[in-house]
Amino acid sequence: MNTKKKEAHSELEELLPWHAAGTLSRSDARRVEDALAHDPELARRYALVRDELGETIHLNETLGAPSARAMEKLFAKIDAEPARRPAVSLNLSARVTEFFAGFSPRTLAFAGGAAVLAILLQAGFIAGVMIKETKTSGYETASAPSTDPGVGAFTLIRFAPQATQDDVTKFLAANKLSIASGPMAGGLYKVRVAVTGLPKAELANIVKKLQEDKVVTFIATTE
Amino acid sequence: MQVLFARHHVRVYRFVLRLVRNDATAEDLISEVFLDVWRQAGKFEGRSQVSTWMLSIARFKALSVLRRRPEAELDDETAERIEDQSDDPETALAKKDKGAVLRKCLTALSTEHREIIDLVYYHEKSVEEVAGIVGIPEATVKTRMFYARKKLSELLKEQGIDRGWP
Repeated sequence: MNTKKKEAHSELEELLPWHAAGTLSRSDARRVEDALAHDPELARRYALVRDELGETIHLNETLGAPSARAMEKLFAKIDAEPARRPAVSLNLSARVTEFFAGFSPRTLAFAGGAAVLAILLQAGFIAGVMIKETKTSGYETASAPSTDPGVGAFTLIRFAPQATQDDVTKFLAANKLSIASGPMAGGLYKVRVAVTGLPKAELANIVKKLQEDKVVTFIATTE
Repeated sequence: MQVLFARHHVRVYRFVLRLVRNDATAEDLISEVFLDVWRQAGKFEGRSQVSTWMLSIARFKALSVLRRRPEAELDDETAERIEDQSDDPETALAKKDKGAVLRKCLTALSTEHREIIDLVYYHEKSVEEVAGIVGIPEATVKTRMFYARKKLSELLKEQGIDRGWP
């Protein structure tokens, strides 16, 4: 074996542990694969590397895990730390990532669904308002139904995360409701149930009826 | 933080335990490692994997503990290793199982060699990542790994297993 070949051989041999662990770049991995296919001695040495890899994993896996004491100690230390000032301008992406990392996948899925629903409802609401506006012609008398968002009887509703846009549209139409505003904190919508104010008892009855619908997860009266 | 801890604490603990060889010290260290992670989260620039970053913090803390450890304790450790290699009935039985002997030799390596073997084989770190964690050039990573493996072969030979390499 000439000097150049020897050097290449030893360089490739040094890479064998990383090849076994699957952490080489694609080009290096290809070089090692080619050499292994043509060099029986290198292939024999690669088998030794694979033995080492297997036993190192075995050894580490039998080391066990720390007790719950480690976690308790960590969170006690974190609680004892002085409150950190929120960094307003620095590393926004990292903070957003950390924020979302705090949620479980299920929560994220529900939140995502709720966000999509919120966008669709808002789009529907805006489209609805625009259509109404284009239909209105001339002037209206003072006794005509009010479009003032502050007038009428209202409830706060949170829709079920699994409810589709179609479900919500049907629910609103079937009960002659319209969304006055939202979504607010907690995914709540202010929903108009009547264009004029209603006695408390009557509004309570409407809330009770609406509560039974599967698209509603929360409902309460509001001003 | 809880998600990060749940995802990485076992591997970080094992890495530290292999270096300090003491369960209680390793447990104390991992809470310190994650506290540092929590404190320095804003400084993490995402240029390496989170696990690589955590292992480098863990390594620094483990080596600090090892430096503070009294000489006598280190001597006991060495003696223990020498005893491990003696030919008592248990060892003789273990010799029949090549894997068990290999594992025993892996524990008898020096701290420097243990850490590089663990980082490459168990923690699946690339040459570049090991260089970042240990703080040495990439070429040194390759040669150190080579010498760690060579030492392993020598220990195996002492135990009666000749691998025909190097």
